[in-house]
Amino acid sequence: MTALRLTGVQLRYVNKTFWRNPASAFFTFAFPLMFLVIFTALLGHYTVQIGSRTINTSTYYVASMACFSVITACFNNIAIAVTFQREDGILKRSHGTPLPGASFLGARILHAVLVAIVLVIITAAFGRLVYSAEIPTGLSLLRFIVALLVGASAFCALGLATTAVIPNSDAAAPIVNAIILPLEFLSGIFIAFSNTTPAWILWVAKVFPIRHFVLSMQAGFLGEAFSWTDVLVVAAWGIAGVVLAIRFFTWEPRQG
Amino acid sequence: MSDELAVRVRGLVKSYGPVRAVRGIDLDIRHGEIFALLGPNGAGKTSTVEILEGYRRRDGGEVAVLGCDPVRAKMLPQVGIVLQKTGVDRYLTVIETVQMYASYYPRPRSPDEVVELVGLTEKRDSRVTRLSGGQTRRLDMAVALAGDPDLLFLDEPTTGFDPSARRDAWEVVKSLASLGKTVLLTTHYMDEAQYLADRVAVIAAGQIVAEGSPATLGDRNLAGARIRYRLPAGVAPPDTLAGAPDVDGFTVITSADVVQDLHLLTGWAIDNRVALDGLEVSRPSLEDVYLSLTAEPEVTS
Repeated sequence: MTALRLTGVQLRYVNKTFWRNPASAFFTFAFPLMFLVIFTALLGHYTVQIGSRTINTSTYYVASMACFSVITACFNNIAIAVTFQREDGILKRSHGTPLPGASFLGARILHAVLVAIVLVIITAAFGRLVYSAEIPTGLSLLRFIVALLVGASAFCALGLATTAVIPNSDAAAPIVNAIILPLEFLSGIFIAFSNTTPAWILWVAKVFPIRHFVLSMQAGFLGEAFSWTDVLVVAAWGIAGVVLAIRFFTWEPRQG
Repeated sequence: MSDELAVRVRGLVKSYGPVRAVRGIDLDIRHGEIFALLGPNGAGKTSTVEILEGYRRRDGGEVAVLGCDPVRAKMLPQVGIVLQKTGVDRYLTVIETVQMYASYYPRPRSPDEVVELVGLTEKRDSRVTRLSGGQTRRLDMAVALAGDPDLLFLDEPTTGFDPSARRDAWEVVKSLASLGKTVLLTTHYMDEAQYLADRVAVIAAGQIVAEGSPATLGDRNLAGARIRYRLPAGVAPPDTLAGAPDVDGFTVITSADVVQDLHLLTGWAIDNRVALDGLEVSRPSLEDVYLSLTAEPEVTS
């Protein structure tokens, strides 16, 4: 199929531009590892209560930072890069060629998911080598991959939908960070929840997809079965993202 | 019959809310012709072209671009588009950019050939961010040519250029014509239309107010020539050639038969040993025609 072949061709160019943009490559790749080192250095010698189990904070942070890197690679990158492309008129120009819109965006999404997978592998390997963190194996690896793919796709869709509320290139990074950073904190990505975590934070974490994504990924690192509810909540958010993107996504620049 | 036309438009209408941007435009553009849509900013040029390109929906009228309705048809591979303002991925080189766009088309032109055609061979392996404004515009044209289109839309290809960059861009457009491409270009520069176009349509307030070759536009070739001269103080010209002098003392008369009148005037001057200071004969320039056509202050909001 032409659309599929064109997606493949387009993927090569997305990859080329990604690696030639020092900012995107650095933020996407260096940040999660940097945070992993910082958080583990600060808080790595404690334990965290997950359900009935007590685990090392280092394992906790390896799972958290794996999630953080997926969100950065998928949500942040797509929302910011696609907004820039829209405002630069690249989307409009591409729309004036026989390249199907689905191939253009599909290549972008496929690339983000591939980057997310590489990042998770790097984070897990780093955690294993440096902090002797547990990593998923066997059946839990399969479940882990399901959780990862559902999460990565969902955050890509939400990233595309978010471009609709970003009015111009200058606003892209601030708006994306204003949305995602508080939610990451409120979902226990950086600081683990405890018995004293306020109820409203737990409530926020329950509504938004990040906490559910973290839990489904964490289960893999702990060798446990994830709860399907978590995966389904993430998937539901992803579908909502697709619907909103179809309705509100535009190919034309917002600012003339 | 319409197969003989690259673009056929009848009664095109487009409004944005209460603003009637396009008010019933007819266009016939033949294959292999460079056609200029000339008009001031806000006249409806870009709206018209973007409807033909398939970017905007029309409110009414008929449109056929290479025999297809651009609303229903998917972007035709035989159409190349240079938008008024577009960017390219800033981390690719010139040749990579052209190769990328070429890969979208079933029968692309060789990217190296395209880069050569627009005169960017020296910049072939430069990042697009290192190009000057004029070079970037030529890259825009290269991108539009990547799929080897038959029909090319150029929306204000040289707006904001310095004179030498404009000259360069013009040469590229001229070379497209020699390849047999059909070009529809919009511009608000008279000299651009005059230099490039086989035919020009002047658009003002959403309507075509004149159409023709640059030489005949607005009956320019038929309009009376002007004869302008200045006489020494106290000398009166022959009655048939007289007029009230302007502030600088020049007399301007409009002549229906310029050869005859000029002969009379110069004959009279020689016979009477009178100097005709600054004698000048001119026809209305395309610019004069354009300004008089578009000056109608029709109320637009």
